[in-house]
Amino acid sequence: MEATLKRTPLFERHVGLGARMVPFAGFEMPVQYEGVIPEHRAVRGDCGVFDVSHMGELHVDGPTAQAFLQAMLSNDVDRVGDGQAQYTLLTNEQGGIVDDLIVYRFAHGQFLLVVNASNREAAFAWLKDREPRGAEVRDASDEYGLLAVQGPRALGRLGLLEAPAFTHDMGEIDGIEVLISRTGYTGERGVELCCAADETPALWDAVLARGAVPCGLGARDTLRLEVCYPLHGNDIGPETDSISAGLGWACALATEFTGVDVLRRTRDEGPTRRLVPFVLEERAVPRQGMPIEGGGEVTSGTHSPMLDVGIGMGYLPSEAATPGNDIVIDVRGKPKRARVVKKPIYRRET
Amino acid sequence: MPAAESYPEELKYHPEHDWARIDGDDATLGVTWFAQDALGELVHYEAPVVGSTVAKDESYGEVESVKAVSDIVAPLSGEVLEVNQKAIDEPEIVNDDPYDEGWLIRIRMSDPGEVAGLMDAAAYRVHIADQ
Repeated sequence: MEATLKRTPLFERHVGLGARMVPFAGFEMPVQYEGVIPEHRAVRGDCGVFDVSHMGELHVDGPTAQAFLQAMLSNDVDRVGDGQAQYTLLTNEQGGIVDDLIVYRFAHGQFLLVVNASNREAAFAWLKDREPRGAEVRDASDEYGLLAVQGPRALGRLGLLEAPAFTHDMGEIDGIEVLISRTGYTGERGVELCCAADETPALWDAVLARGAVPCGLGARDTLRLEVCYPLHGNDIGPETDSISAGLGWACALATEFTGVDVLRRTRDEGPTRRLVPFVLEERAVPRQGMPIEGGGEVTSGTHSPMLDVGIGMGYLPSEAATPGNDIVIDVRGKPKRARVVKKPIYRRET
Repeated sequence: MPAAESYPEELKYHPEHDWARIDGDDATLGVTWFAQDALGELVHYEAPVVGSTVAKDESYGEVESVKAVSDIVAPLSGEVLEVNQKAIDEPEIVNDDPYDEGWLIRIRMSDPGEVAGLMDAAAYRVHIADQ
């Protein structure tokens, strides 16, 4: 049985642009317009815009909201000031990752969590079940549209001034009130723009009129993988811990949060496996689920449009997870040579 | 630049979106415009080796785009005489020119009678209209 797919406020815009629409996280989303490779290159070289309205927005408000989030999230929310944002993890008792998300602080007792579309309900239910007196969690996902405008010319095309990464402010683009965040999922400079759902088509039109190239989920995946940003559901999940996934930097292990004891122990003992990036040494495209000889597995794989080689990430036994180490990936029965590399896989030549 | 949609009249077509150009006992094989468009920009062609045999209706290789991999189905049976090295080195030529520069293999047919079972361009156009 196929469940009815939801649509973002930009569905008609995507169809009008000739996008190829696919089901993703319960939504009908554009995977590509002109093509993954030209869209990818537009973001690396100029400016692209993605409809990410399928992502979830959870408000967490109240006098005890901050203490609540500190106990639920891996990173140190006490270090997030008004107008700032932080990458963090919602963890379970085993130290596994319920979701990875960005927390925004507007004022004392006023927070917004932007969560993955596929985890919107799980993250909301997890928090709602644990909501203390003095804090309220509210799923406002349907009230907002969200655009990611990314690339070296993104700020210039939008007429925005430089600002530090992981800050946010209210602003206006062509008369539309937007929350402008210096965040993204491409490794390029850029912003994410959050506005009222019914104003999203006008905001999209304004961004396109300023020369941004419409980009689909295909390019979003190749871009994030080139810079080794994990994808929840592929590289991380409730069964994987942040230390093995290389996300220890997003875990304030001196604070108390769900599963912290397990994570402290994993850090002290050293994880038995690690998530590492790799680059193919011969022509082949690695894919999620392919075995790596010696007891590993590919969790994300694609063809890098910038490097023109197969790239990916996967878990390897810790002793094999060293940059420079040669590995062999089983690509549908054929062994293909690859090499573990440092993060990121792709870095702009400066 | 990706090619415009076309299905040349002189070719024979297989329902799995492969074409064959018949030349005596030899045939050149490739994938149709419809197949390359469905896949998107190709980034990898896993070719068979020269001297191996291919069997009608069975996979002889793979073409892969950024997002997906697809078996290439042989429209005819025979022995591989030649593979298109340019398609291995620059798989995007299959998108740019699926019927000429972007051919995949050349075979010596083991049963030329199989040609009669393939579709002509008109029948193939009807076939893809149903997809």
